[in-house]
Amino acid sequence: MLRFALLRLLWAIPTLLLVIVLAFLMVHAAPGGPFDAERALPPEIEANIARAYHLDEALPQQFARYLGGVLRGDFGPSYRYRDYSVSELIGNAIPVSMKLGALAMALAVLVGISLGTLAALRQNSALDRLMMGLAMTGISIPVFVIAPLFILFFAVKLQWLPASWSGSTSAWRLLLPVVALALPQIAYIARLTRASMIEVLGSDFIRTARAQGLGTAAIIRYHAMKPAMLPVLSYMGPAIAAILTGSVVVEEIFGIPGVGQFFVRGALNRDYTLVLGIVIFYAALVILLNLIVDVLYGFLDPRIRHR
Amino acid sequence: MSAGQRRTIRVAIILLACAFAAFIYLSATEPQGAAGTVLHRGNGPEPESLDPHKSRSIQAADVLRDIGEGLIGYSPDGELIAAAAEKWEISEDGRQYDFWLRPAARWSNGDTVLAEHFVFSFRRLVNPETAAFYAQALADIENAAEIIAGNKAIDGLAVEAPEKFHLRIRLRNATPYFLGLLTHPSAFPVHPASVGQYGDAFAKAGKLISNGAYKLDSWELGSVIHLSRNVYYWNNAGTAIDKVNHYVTPEPQVELNRYRAGELDITATVPPEAFAALRQGRPEELRVAAYLGVYYYGLNVTRAPFKDNPALRQALSMAIDREVLTEKIIGRGEQPAYSWVPPGVINYQAIRLPYADMTPAERHAGARRLYKESGYGENNPLEVEIRYNTSDTHQRIALAIQSMWRETLGFETTLINEEFQVLLANMRNREITQVFRSSWTGDYNDAHTFLQVLQGGNPSNMSGYVSEEYDSLMRRAAEQTDLSRRRLYLEEAERVLLADHPVIPIYFYVSKHLVKPRVRGWGDNVLDYHYSQHLSIAE
Repeated sequence: MLRFALLRLLWAIPTLLLVIVLAFLMVHAAPGGPFDAERALPPEIEANIARAYHLDEALPQQFARYLGGVLRGDFGPSYRYRDYSVSELIGNAIPVSMKLGALAMALAVLVGISLGTLAALRQNSALDRLMMGLAMTGISIPVFVIAPLFILFFAVKLQWLPASWSGSTSAWRLLLPVVALALPQIAYIARLTRASMIEVLGSDFIRTARAQGLGTAAIIRYHAMKPAMLPVLSYMGPAIAAILTGSVVVEEIFGIPGVGQFFVRGALNRDYTLVLGIVIFYAALVILLNLIVDVLYGFLDPRIRHR
Repeated sequence: MSAGQRRTIRVAIILLACAFAAFIYLSATEPQGAAGTVLHRGNGPEPESLDPHKSRSIQAADVLRDIGEGLIGYSPDGELIAAAAEKWEISEDGRQYDFWLRPAARWSNGDTVLAEHFVFSFRRLVNPETAAFYAQALADIENAAEIIAGNKAIDGLAVEAPEKFHLRIRLRNATPYFLGLLTHPSAFPVHPASVGQYGDAFAKAGKLISNGAYKLDSWELGSVIHLSRNVYYWNNAGTAIDKVNHYVTPEPQVELNRYRAGELDITATVPPEAFAALRQGRPEELRVAAYLGVYYYGLNVTRAPFKDNPALRQALSMAIDREVLTEKIIGRGEQPAYSWVPPGVINYQAIRLPYADMTPAERHAGARRLYKESGYGENNPLEVEIRYNTSDTHQRIALAIQSMWRETLGFETTLINEEFQVLLANMRNREITQVFRSSWTGDYNDAHTFLQVLQGGNPSNMSGYVSEEYDSLMRRAAEQTDLSRRRLYLEEAERVLLADHPVIPIYFYVSKHLVKPRVRGWGDNVLDYHYSQHLSIAE
């Protein structure tokens, strides 16, 4: 198990390097530069700025300089937020995004699994159909539709909750964004759980358990839950990716100062270093989380552990 | 599964629930600040820096006008008024400016604002190592251009402090709009001691020392900038509001929701799609005012089909019904543009295109005649592309103009929408652009800020327009010390420009804000500057 984890970690190095190279080439290939504006700069001033940020050097030289910095943990100065380094910007944004993502994930897992199990037990009942219908709706409605509706209803009409992150300093400011972000995941996890639970409940060892006189609650808890969770667990990787990308939208709509918002603004402003820094961060995060899921999988399914 | 395992799982679930609750609890950060009046302003996209020499956005300037102060400022109605300087004298030849600072002016740490601080700041602005976007703002000062280009030492800048509160500036030419330039944040002073101590990081919260009515308390990146009263400010007694929050509101629709939810007192703008409903529903909160900005279509005059073909350029301009665009397509109070310099500019009477007062039928007939003269017709129609940056408003205007050209002149136009940076790159290269959407907003209230754009060699001259006559009129205007003679040269220059049609002015912008009735002292002005120190809150 340990060897497996270490090997995966080693593989992460060339993967990350490849991500850096590709991202570097792509941001520099995008038309326009970080300092272009409708109000074009006089050539002498443009030259002064290019010199200050080493943009006058050849691309390979710029890349070597950048990579050298990254290896020392220095992601360079932001080209737009000229007083801040990329590390400062990302460092400020990570706790906010983490809080949002972790809460949404926890909510999605708790509610999704409960609903899915309930639906599986009442298979083909009205309740099952209702829940699966809602789940289908939840998957289909994109975040950028549901979030503004939430704001309109709960913040503008009822005025129960703040319309934005900076509209309040209380914890309630997180409620709408977390629910908006979790909703599609709740729906997906509920459907997955239901399908997998129904399959498990139909298998021989569950029939044996029933024959031994065990009640439904006990069967679910002791026998069915663990195998039924395998597909859900392997969905965790994609779910985390979906929450990460979803948070870009949610952060934008609720004005949450997280990594996603900086990513979008950075790309539009051609803030090369900021975009690269966030790409590296996201790549590292996805690699790490996938590794964790793989290790957990080994724990839940002995067949993988012993292979 | 054993009983132990069962317990573990149950504990895990409880822990998970607790973690959830804890997260919610922990995210409740600091409590609301102490009592006092607080103004909540939507400020649009996030300012990039509060270092007056490193910022350039309108949003940064809006915050900087609250926390800093130049020699000269603006009144709520947009008139030039004394600010850090209490009086000034201009020499006969218009090339020497003497300012006397207010002895009562203070930095936010209590230090006195001295003339030498301005010397330090102006030198820092033009220093090539600062790499300031707006270094050009002071290029009219003697030796400034040479210093920016790296050909002269920074102490050669003709700004000096003969006495503690006496600042003397010598200019290359008489520059009648120089006082206007000094209102720009790039001409605000920076606190020399803290720049010395913190270097380029001096403009961050906790370090920034400024000389305006407010000081920077904190900056939550991506969210909000908190300001509070600078108790040392010379006019602190005349400042009503205690705290000002500038919120980051890049999306107008989101900003509107926040305004409606009661989180904002003032919005940075109004989303186009909500404008009509707001005019009905909240007419007393909607503030629309003329703005020093022109929305235009540029024509690339360095390539076919517009190269050496002013008749064709004029035909395209005449075929556009500007009133239809402003009233039917946009409908937010914008004014049709028949000149390059907007109305409302001081010391200037904007020249109008000769066909401004024709009836649509007359204009269309004229357009068709010119179109034919320039070698196009039914059998040989023009083919042209309009490039614009992705936006609903730009698209609707482009579609309308496409159909106006089709109906009046009978040719087809290809619409190409591009991301803003892509469009900018294409405009600068002048290789594939034909017709492109752009805009220009004034940095100061003078015709020069508009007319200089189309001088040959100006980097913002995206049309590639070069006219000996125009450039020489602009040069001669710059040499005039007599305002009325200068004005004649500038007006003549605009006449030449309009006749050549390197650009098609379409409409003049308006500023649009929602302002809560509790906010008092709001003045409409063409620069759209609204200093928080001029506002108050009625409870």
